[in-house]
Amino acid sequence: MTPNESPSADSVQEKPSQCQAQPAAADPSAPGLKTSRRGFLKAGGALSMSSLMGTAALMVQSDDAAAAVEWAEHFQKNYRLMTDAEKAEARARLERRYSSEYGKKVTVDTTGPQPGMLMGYALNIRKCIGCRRCVHACVEENNQSRGERAGEKIEWIQVLRMERGEFSKDKMNQGYPEGLGIQVGGNAYTPAGQVLEGQYHYEPQAVPEKDATYMPIACMQCEKPPCVKVCPVRTTYREADGPVVIDYNWCIGCRMCMGACPYWARRINLTTPVLPKEEMNPVTHYLGNRPRMRGVVEKCHWCLQRSRQGRYPACVEVCPVGARKFGNLLDPESEVSLILARKNVFRLKAELNTFPKFFYFYD
Amino acid sequence: MQQLTSFATDYTRYVLTGGTKFYAWMGSLAVLILGMMYVFYLQNTDGLIVTGMTSQIHDGLYFANLVFLVGVAAGAVTIVFPAYVYHHEGMHKVTVLGEMLAITAVIMVMMFVFAHMGRPDRLWHMIPPWGIYSFSSMLGWDVMVLNGYLFLNFICGFYYLWVKYTGGKVNNKWFMPLVYVSIVWALSIHTVTAFLISTMPARPMWFHSMMPIRFIVTAFAAGPCLIILAFLIVRKNTKFWIEDSAINLLSTIVTWCLGLAIFLTMSEIVVELYARTEHANGLYYLMFGLHGLTGLVPWFWSSVFLMLTSFVLFLIPSVRTNYKLLPILCVMTFTGIWIEKGMGLIVPGFIPSPIGEVTEYYPTFVEVLMTLGIWAFGFFILTILLKGAIGILQGDIKYRGQAAAAK
Repeated sequence: MTPNESPSADSVQEKPSQCQAQPAAADPSAPGLKTSRRGFLKAGGALSMSSLMGTAALMVQSDDAAAAVEWAEHFQKNYRLMTDAEKAEARARLERRYSSEYGKKVTVDTTGPQPGMLMGYALNIRKCIGCRRCVHACVEENNQSRGERAGEKIEWIQVLRMERGEFSKDKMNQGYPEGLGIQVGGNAYTPAGQVLEGQYHYEPQAVPEKDATYMPIACMQCEKPPCVKVCPVRTTYREADGPVVIDYNWCIGCRMCMGACPYWARRINLTTPVLPKEEMNPVTHYLGNRPRMRGVVEKCHWCLQRSRQGRYPACVEVCPVGARKFGNLLDPESEVSLILARKNVFRLKAELNTFPKFFYFYD
Repeated sequence: MQQLTSFATDYTRYVLTGGTKFYAWMGSLAVLILGMMYVFYLQNTDGLIVTGMTSQIHDGLYFANLVFLVGVAAGAVTIVFPAYVYHHEGMHKVTVLGEMLAITAVIMVMMFVFAHMGRPDRLWHMIPPWGIYSFSSMLGWDVMVLNGYLFLNFICGFYYLWVKYTGGKVNNKWFMPLVYVSIVWALSIHTVTAFLISTMPARPMWFHSMMPIRFIVTAFAAGPCLIILAFLIVRKNTKFWIEDSAINLLSTIVTWCLGLAIFLTMSEIVVELYARTEHANGLYYLMFGLHGLTGLVPWFWSSVFLMLTSFVLFLIPSVRTNYKLLPILCVMTFTGIWIEKGMGLIVPGFIPSPIGEVTEYYPTFVEVLMTLGIWAFGFFILTILLKGAIGILQGDIKYRGQAAAAK
């Protein structure tokens, strides 16, 4: 089953008229707000400024396109407030810059959310073998920084390795919590040694390991995302089809969203991302995997460049055991909907009322 | 208009001239400021990788100083409130000095904001009409109340100085309401700063409603300590006399606010460590270390020692009113709270991370130099502002000063 029954790849290409009628913002107050704010911005001169800069940059046919285009980028608006013309301009600017920077034809998709689509994700926790192919596929697909220095290596998925039961035969004398000895009677309150929930830096000879279970995590694409609420410039927001996205060009790098996220899903680009030309994935989306810049925050977006074109996210495609499922929650026949209807399902930290659209299940 | 230009020129001429001691002080501050500019350049070319911050612990020394200095700014209200609400004579004379301190502290906060941001070049994104203002974001509110506070103190402080300069009378019709607004506003800046971190359930160490009041009592202990130090220096180095009653009232305020701060800290320790859930891990890391990582443990205990010792000494009237010992107590309290509310509050909020990862944070040389530079810049403008204010209060700067003298 494909992730959605909605229109095919061709019909989801940007259609200006359609986009006008259907706001990209999930904010229910958006349509009214949008017009008034747009008028406001026009009055402020920001619009004319950005389009002037953009046009000027596009007309400059020099070899040093990157520099000229990047200058115009500084003055563009928040993506959600751009008109279709401005979006097209921003897209052309980025395509030019990226193509010259990475020495290949780079496309920047701006496909918006489609009606009738609400993306959802389900992960079979019993099937995961901890191979971390998803982690690596994600890095390759989404143009994350892959340098050597601490802070240059960014991964959006963590597979947490967890020890199996504390009371297995060979561990009987290690104690619960570890280090205390197993208590029979007595008082278990004195020094409570702390045991981590899970560990994602593990180097096994082969997976799955005998003593371990695995718990992959990434952005939960919450319906009530705490990260969106704290953003002072509204650069991160929930798209109408579900994923929480970031306009990397509008982010000021304040990192409030990173503090607010209960799942540690967000990463800051401490320096200009290390992305070798030959490894760069040229098929990108504006709100998705296009190369980021220094000082901005990034996170999983369910491979918008793929999912909006009717494809699976890279992690779903690569999973060798089929633990990862992705689809349309609004379609009762989609795989994800069927899992939610029939399996034992739970969400991580459900008590925080973030309402993740990333569900865990087991057979 | 002509009055205004002469005010500006007289003021500038007065604050920029001084003795050797003055130039040496300002010169050494300027060196640190140059260092700060260099590391700011580094941060905005190489990126924040030159700092010790990571994706795990992404707020460090800068954010810690930011939070602390908002408190110092709010602390100025410990002068304004007794002066205008209780009509305290000694305080009334020096209110304007408190306002100058508030202006300085807010400017320093803003510089720490610039240092903290990943993209300071994009800060205009927060400001309408070019940017977007978000009412749902606590950081947005914080920027608004801080700028408002800066504006209020600037108006109140410089209007008062202007009146003294021209020899006119203060127009109480709008001046007094503005003063009362600024008193409430001072509380708001620190409350909102507390909300900034206490509204995140993802960080259990900060997620409690005690945060705002704790911020305010620590601010009203640390702020007046700095003011007392400044007052004693002013008394020693200028002809301007600050009355004992003002200093004694400030040290009484410090005593009780410090006591409350210690009480709140102890309450938190009891509540968190009695149940000892995983949510107490941050505090546990701070107090005893976690998984063998103990980076902040010596800091925490030295802060406890400084605060408790200075509190006990503050309680003794003969020590509190001994102006030889008082500066030592003030430095102890100020340092203790700087540790407790800065690094001791911000960093353990990230340890362990929401997925249970325990990592440590060490500020780099870049961060230390930046922090020193911003503090130096703060002292630089504080010196100028206090010098100007004292010059006017004393009558050294006066409209048509020379003409009056010639008569």
